[in-house]
Amino acid sequence: MMKVVEGSHAVAHAVMCCAPDVISAYPITPQTHIVEHLSQFVADGKLDTEFLTVDSEFSALSSLVGSSAVGARSYSSTTSQGLALMWEVLYNASGMRLPIVMTVANRALGAPLNIWNDQQDSVGARDSGWIQLYAENVQEAVDMTPQAFKISEDPDILLPSMVCMDGFILTHVYEPVELLDKEMVSKYLPPYRPGVVLDPSKPKTFGAFVDPSMYTEIRAMQFRAHEQAKKKIEEAAREFAELSGRYYGGLIDTYQADGAEVLIVTMGSVVGTIKDVIDELREEGNKVGLVKVRSYRPFPIEALRAALKDADVVAVVEKDVTIGTQAALLTDLKGGLYNYRDMPPIIGFSAGLGGRDITTREIRKIVDLARSAKDGIETEYGFLDLKEELL
Amino acid sequence: MKLTVAALVEPGSTRITKTGAWRTFVPVVDHKKCIKCSLCEIYCPESCIHQVDGLFVPDLDYCKGCSVCAHECPRKAIEMVLEEK
Amino acid sequence: MQNLFAPGHRACAGCAMPTTVKLILDAAGPNTVVASPTGCLEVVSTPYPESAWEVAWIHSLFENAAAVASGVEAALKRFGKKDTNVLVIGGDGSTFDIGMGCISGMFDRGHNVKYICYDNEAYMNTGVQRSSSTPYFTHTTTTPAGKVSFGNPRPKKDMPAIAVAHRVPYVATASVAYPVDLRRKVKRALAIPGPAYIQVNAPCITGWTFEAGNTIELSRLVVETCLWPLYEYVDGKLGEVKKIRSKKPVEEYLKAQGRYRHLFRKEGGAEIIKQIQAMADANAVKYGLLD
Repeated sequence: MMKVVEGSHAVAHAVMCCAPDVISAYPITPQTHIVEHLSQFVADGKLDTEFLTVDSEFSALSSLVGSSAVGARSYSSTTSQGLALMWEVLYNASGMRLPIVMTVANRALGAPLNIWNDQQDSVGARDSGWIQLYAENVQEAVDMTPQAFKISEDPDILLPSMVCMDGFILTHVYEPVELLDKEMVSKYLPPYRPGVVLDPSKPKTFGAFVDPSMYTEIRAMQFRAHEQAKKKIEEAAREFAELSGRYYGGLIDTYQADGAEVLIVTMGSVVGTIKDVIDELREEGNKVGLVKVRSYRPFPIEALRAALKDADVVAVVEKDVTIGTQAALLTDLKGGLYNYRDMPPIIGFSAGLGGRDITTREIRKIVDLARSAKDGIETEYGFLDLKEELL
Repeated sequence: MKLTVAALVEPGSTRITKTGAWRTFVPVVDHKKCIKCSLCEIYCPESCIHQVDGLFVPDLDYCKGCSVCAHECPRKAIEMVLEEK
Repeated sequence: MQNLFAPGHRACAGCAMPTTVKLILDAAGPNTVVASPTGCLEVVSTPYPESAWEVAWIHSLFENAAAVASGVEAALKRFGKKDTNVLVIGGDGSTFDIGMGCISGMFDRGHNVKYICYDNEAYMNTGVQRSSSTPYFTHTTTTPAGKVSFGNPRPKKDMPAIAVAHRVPYVATASVAYPVDLRRKVKRALAIPGPAYIQVNAPCITGWTFEAGNTIELSRLVVETCLWPLYEYVDGKLGEVKKIRSKKPVEEYLKAQGRYRHLFRKEGGAEIIKQIQAMADANAVKYGLLD
């Protein structure tokens, strides 16, 4: 049923449809509305779950380590400083192979304090072993939620997932959304059937320490699970499409990419703005297209290579910066493609940091800079829309 | 041995490690003095003193020779003796 | 006695901790899930692929055992397994210091989790550094005795009082030297719904420096000197207290340990021992330890 609701409401509704056994969360802007809506669903008797209002984000994820180990479908939501406070538990949840799902309402990290959107928070957690999916719009964030549970809980995967949606831009926007149907979701997402759980009748030990003779192999098992997840992410998107009629790509999606001379690579809500600019540019006769990264972890380098190899030049736009080098998506992409022959030149931009709008004018500028890079890169990386006069 | 997902471990599996190898002194029980109060069993950090056929006997596979049992025995029925290996 | 903590663990010979754990599990029985923080207990009991635990057990991090246990309890409740005991068994570093926030949250939310601290009064796993459980004038590697120092400059944090302030319905102190008392307290904690806190005195041979066989004797002596009163708080009120028939001077307890050696060698040490005696005397009055 199509309804005009707030993004956070739609996502909370999607979480409810996934019937989590335990929810544990701590309030932080701009994630608050998601947990407020979930709390209201519980208060109204619509959602039957154990809801823990904990003392910190650190406790939120820690408690889900416990509940997930018992075999409970476990959910949290956070952003920015909250995700940073979870840092230690992030590695723990993935190392213990617990299929927790968490919505990240992407927000900048301090200092300086800034509550507005960028993706520095989740991008900074890229090495933590979590699957990271980035939503283009509210509908995709909604639909990604059951997909994330399905991927995470697969016995071949058993990895936690972040569903990343841009803070405020998606969490606080009111737009028409197809709210999920509980019955459809229960058909798509069967109850979680964990293999081994914390159970007094079969008392296993969780969280033993591993010495240098086997630690590498434990990491390699996680690594291989991420490789497996690539296939599973594609499958989960296709199966969801069969039931809902909605599809946004699997690991990546493309827009006007066929025969494009310039391809822009990005993730998150800026995809919408870029698509509008591409429509204008195409009308003007410019061959510009887009590749959307849906899954940032696992990083779909094979799919990206196939999508990018025929372009003249690639321009990456991302809402993060890796201070001391360039930016995460750019360096991941360049690193992943380095050993392939005949790949187009790649340039990149940090944009929209701390909530600054990425305007259509700036996107046109990127396309111009990309065109000029075709015959030799002058500036490989920079901040978009940088106010030099303030420095 | 194949590794388990998430490094899960079976219960009580430290038993494969015979910590008796750590021992220098070995407890020798004078069963005639023993009043079967079971304090040695209760206090043993290795949980390795048990009643066998009515007598309290340390399991030397695990006994580290700490001498807590000898100290706590109210009848001084346990003596720590240098073990010849 | 049921043995739910298997031999073959790697604790030092004569360590009080395995005995403490064995007694706790004997009282709780097999229908139990234990969460433990990082520390000596975790390290000596679970070197992969081995485990000394005969009950379901989970370790996540140093400071989050109370939060992990909260989630375990919530999930068990969700699955209708309300009869399963949920315990935390952790050391004083993770309890008094780094895990404090998570413990406060668990107490505050009223989880049916029994938190048991084996208290050896310093960070032993990392090499005897001071924790906020370390008593006054104790030598540790980060509060060493020296020319101008008598060791730890701060008193031991009153963790049971903090638990009582959270309206935790059952709070108790115990000692590994009093196994009947310890088991009774664990059983009582399990019988009262909601959170509980039990703090067990558990001497550390290397940290306190004494002969391995003296572990239990020392834990008895600390009780008999009134430095470690054994008491219970039920619903915020002082309940049963272990009476001391013949109170021993603190000197007897202090001189048996290397961590107090400086008090007997350094000028001014006698004055410090008097201060420690005064603390023991104050405990005797506060908790009514003497008849």
